[in-house]
Amino acid sequence: MTFPYWPSLLGGMLIGLSATMLLLLNGRIAGVSGIAGRLVQGAQLSANAAFVIGLVMGPPIYLVLFGHWPVVTITASMPTIVIAGLLVGFGTRMGSGCTSGHGVLGLAGFSRRSMAAVVAFLLAGILTVTLMRMAGQ
Amino acid sequence: MTNRISQGAVALGAGAVFGIGLSLSGMLDPARVQGFLDVFGAWDPSLAFVLGGAVAVAMIGMMLMRRMVRPMLDTVFHLPTATKIDARLVTGSAIFGVGWGLAGLCPGPALSALSLGLMPVVAFVVAMVIGMVVHDRLAQGRSA
Repeated sequence: MTFPYWPSLLGGMLIGLSATMLLLLNGRIAGVSGIAGRLVQGAQLSANAAFVIGLVMGPPIYLVLFGHWPVVTITASMPTIVIAGLLVGFGTRMGSGCTSGHGVLGLAGFSRRSMAAVVAFLLAGILTVTLMRMAGQ
Repeated sequence: MTNRISQGAVALGAGAVFGIGLSLSGMLDPARVQGFLDVFGAWDPSLAFVLGGAVAVAMIGMMLMRRMVRPMLDTVFHLPTATKIDARLVTGSAIFGVGWGLAGLCPGPALSALSLGLMPVVAFVVAMVIGMVVHDRLAQGRSA
């Protein structure tokens, strides 16, 4: 029997490694919404811009290593995408974090605050997807 | 100065490792993220393994950090200081969760997937930045 989740597990471990690098070397939290938010505000410009440039370079490096682009399937309509983007930008700033900051580092540090955030965005996400499926989208 | 250059190099490297990890994990794909959130439908558990792997490795990082006086390239650790679970945290996270479910994209994969040059991803990132700016303006107005 083969275990189909190796790429997911290994990919996740690389994300954990990235967070560890940034934490132990730079003393910073690898929370992408925080990094993007500070970049927009122009704070610690060079390091935050460097992280985002690295992030964007990830898929091309993957292409060189594996010979194909990672799959990206988008089914949502353009208006839905724009509304979703606005909500994600607003919500992650208001809630001080996203899947990486609260989800990875918060849970790894046993932060109760992050656990509450993770429960909130998971439940909201599950509810949204379930309602969309029931509405036949 | 040297430290700032090294910090920039570390940030670039960490960003790239993060982006490769996202690509390998399959989480760049909104359809798979929505599949994970679709617990009452055709559930795809992949994201749980991604998060599990990431948290396990980050826990080692957190344990090492607690033994260090300061990070290797800076004088202090820059960690979040808030501890209170308040309405802002929960409401903001829930708003994020709705957007995450609608598009299947969160900030990391959205920024990383910009390199594929797909219009919907570009539109999502532009809208996300606008959402961040709108929030910060409103928050500023309230505290002023």
